Parts: sequence; C-alpha cells; structure tokens
Amino acid sequence: MTDILKSADEIAASIPDGILLALPPEYAPCAMEAVRALVRRNAKDLRLLGVPQFGFQADLLIGAGCVTEVETAAVTLGELGLAPRFTDAVKLQKIAMRDTTCPAIHAALQASEKGLPFMPLRGLIGSDIVARRDDWQIADNPFGDNDPIVYLPAIRPDATLFHAAKADIYGNIWIGVRRELMVMAHASAAAYVTVEEIVETDLLADPQTAPGTIPGLYITALAKARKGAWPLGVPDLYERDQEHLKHYAEKARSVEGFDAYIEQWVRHGSQHA
Amino acid sequence: MSGVRTEEIMIAAIARMLSGLSHVAVGSASPIPGSAALLARKLSGGSLRVSLLGRISNPTFTDGARELFDCAAQGRIDAFFLGGAQIDGQANINLVSIGDPDRPKARFPGSFGSAYLYFLVPRVILFRQEHSPRSLVPKVDYISAPGVSEPNVYRPGGPYALVTGRCVFDFDKKNRRFALKSLHPDETLEDIERETGFEFDCPQGKATPGTEVPDTEWLELIRGPIGDEIREIYPDFAAKMFDAT
Repeated sequence: MTDILKSADEIAASIPDGILLALPPEYAPCAMEAVRALVRRNAKDLRLLGVPQFGFQADLLIGAGCVTEVETAAVTLGELGLAPRFTDAVKLQKIAMRDTTCPAIHAALQASEKGLPFMPLRGLIGSDIVARRDDWQIADNPFGDNDPIVYLPAIRPDATLFHAAKADIYGNIWIGVRRELMVMAHASAAAYVTVEEIVETDLLADPQTAPGTIPGLYITALAKARKGAWPLGVPDLYERDQEHLKHYAEKARSVEGFDAYIEQWVRHGSQHA
Repeated sequence: MSGVRTEEIMIAAIARMLSGLSHVAVGSASPIPGSAALLARKLSGGSLRVSLLGRISNPTFTDGARELFDCAAQGRIDAFFLGGAQIDGQANINLVSIGDPDRPKARFPGSFGSAYLYFLVPRVILFRQEHSPRSLVPKVDYISAPGVSEPNVYRPGGPYALVTGRCVFDFDKKNRRFALKSLHPDETLEDIERETGFEFDCPQGKATPGTEVPDTEWLELIRGPIGDEIREIYPDFAAKMFDAT
C-alpha cells in the first residue's frame, strides 16, 4: 500500500541519505517543496540522476551540500544561464560528475524496467562521454557483422522524487503526457511523489485519466503539497515563476548569496503559498 | 521594417535548409533554430511537422522524453540542430568544458542528446552566433559528439552545415571539412579567415556570395506569429528580439 503522508517534509524524512535519487527535468513537474525539505533536513551524500537533465532542483541540492555525485546529460537554468552552484562544484571538484547523454539515461532506465542487466544504444562511439565512462562497454552487435554498439548497464535508482497535479486515495498518480515519470517510477526501487490534490475517486476507473496514470503499485509514499513545484510550474495549473528564478540565478552566483537565499526561502519553510 | 538583426539572418538561412523536409525536431537552448523551424513550417503551408522540446501546449510527443530519441533512431526525424561552446574543423562539438574535464576552466551544462542525435538525424545543422577563434577552434577540448566516424560505425546522420553570426559553411562529408558557402552582410573573406580558429575550404574564393537577407514578408513572419510562438519556450529571447524599441 502507498503511504499517504501529511507533508513534503514527511516525504523528505522518508528518503534516506546516501541513495541514488532520480529527479525529473523542469518540463515535468519537480517536487520543489520536498527538495527544499531535503535541504531543511540536511540530507547527505545523495547521488543524483537527472532524467535526462535538470536544473534548479539539482543546483539547490548541490549548493546546500546534499550531493556527492551527479549523473546527467545536462544541468542548466535554461534561458537564465548556467546553474551556478553546479558549475562551481564541478570546477572545485566538490562533486563527482558523470557526463552522459539523454537517450543513454532513458535506455538504462528501460533496462531496469524490464529487469535486464544492460541495454545497447546507437550513437556515442567516438564521444569523450564513452571514453570517460569505465562502466560502459563497446561490444559487437551479436547479430551483425563488424557493427560496434555501446552497452549500458541498467540504472536502478534507489528512489525517485517528483510532483504531479493529482493523486487518488489509492496511491494512483495522474501524470498526463509526462510519461518519463512513469518510466522513473517503474525503474526505481521506491517512488516518492507530492501532488497538488488528493481525490477520492479512483483515477484508474476513468478511461480518460487511466492511460496517464501511474498505478499505486509503484508508489511508495505521497503527500499533498499545494504549489509544490514552485517556483517551477505544473502544466495547466501554474507557470514557472520566472522572476523568482531570475532572483535565484543572481543570488546563487556567490556562496554568500546562495546561503542567504537558502536562509530566506528554504530553511524556515515556504512563504509562497 | 527596422534593420535586420543577425539572429534574423541566421533564422532565415536555417529555414531555407529545411525546405522540402517532413519532420524537424528542435532541442534545448535553441531559440534561433526553433524560430527557423517555425518559419519553415509557415512557408511550407503547414506540411512540415515541427517538434519543439520544452513546449507544453500542443505536445507532438506523448510517450515521454525518450520518444524524440526513439523517433530519430527510426529515421522519422529529418533535421535537428546542435550548438557548441566549441566547434572544430571536423565538426566535433563540445558542450561540456574548457580545459581538463576533471579540473575545468569553464563548465557548461552538458552534452544533452547530442552524442546520439548527431549520429542518427540525417541533416544536423550546427549553429553558433559567436563566430570567433574562441568558439570555432582547431580542436575541441572535449568531444560531446564527433563530427565524423569510422566507416564501420552505424551513422546515417551527421553534420550538414554550420550557421554563425558571420557566415554559412557547408560540411563536406567526403573531405571531412567545412566549406564556406555565403557571407553575411558586411563580412569579408578576410574577416572569416581571421575570426575562424579552424581551416576551411573556400571553393568560390572571392566570388563567395552573400547570405540572402530575409525580405519584408519573412521579417513580418519572424517578428509576428513566429515570435509569439517561440515566446512560450524562450521568453527572454523573444523579449530581447521583438520587444526592443
């Protein structure tokens, strides 16, 4: 059974230190209130997997010292530029960075969904991404003739954490068209979700919502968090708070500015609701 | 119509390269190619399908972020666009770092889908507005995605052209080099030689033509309906381009 918890802070308290945590990109809803709660509880030694890339949530966790390792295709604040705490952490070697490419993450998670040890992937050969990954192999296509192809080991995250518009009391989560969240839930050992609202009707019983719904089977725990993706957006509910993100991008350029941001916007709970 | 901006010349140049295609996809951090793809769609009378990553309204994919890549692997995407902090003369691109990647002097977001799509999409158009010895280098510090591959590597796709703020290069697959195709207004062959860090061919020499500047009709499209559409994904780009007085 899916645990229905009281708050994003309870979700963050359920996520252990030291795990491999898969996080969504900014175009799928991000569980920002739970991410802030991870910072509040001083989460340690997290290894982050960006599926396939991320931005603000990763920068916040890295800057707050919660992270030792990052595997992702990119960390970016989009039009607001480089993610400043990530950039500094790589330059100062505070985190181990494992560069990859978007489809390699999708494929390695699909291997995990299927319970397979690896997945082959086209492309990549000749890229420094492969040259610098000792966990990947270039092997022969067993059905081909002199056809090298990259083998990627399956990625099985210990947990995934994301936000969604809606859950029901049975633990089903409606994600609509954002099906990378479905893959993340399938592939991870545990899935933690915050939602805008929890409804009493079964989302799987309605043919309109069922195809865009992750069955509660995969969901470890969920909690209601109104505006839980803020300052990022939720499609059709609220948009990104671009002014706030600009403010963050400016503050986070320095360690002092970042610390002041955390003190004002994270440490004492959210003030945006 | 006020003066034509460099970005608008690039948008028009890229849009011309998309004529006659059926499906074009546009990735992250690509406002100029995104505008070009939307312009090409307009000019095609709507027959060109455009998939813009990051767009929330009217999604073209419904199977999550992986669908773009699966679609490309099946040959269902005709053109894609890649930039680079550095691009070299063999069309290698670097989206990762300057200097030793373990102790970089500069660190950029990362390779995104480049290391895959560069191999699989037939017509990959490279773009970089900054055309200087800093951005167009003899050899990139980190190969996010290689421009060319050994003959036994599966590679239906690869570089097609490079569009910068100064000129357009074609990529010559046989010689594995760029060839100067056209010069933007006010640029000379000497300017391009001075500002380009890699060697390139110049098959037309002094007769290299000028890049065609978008006419009033195209500019009205770029500044009107295209600008409105690209604003959803790139509000800052749209504000800089179209809201200036």
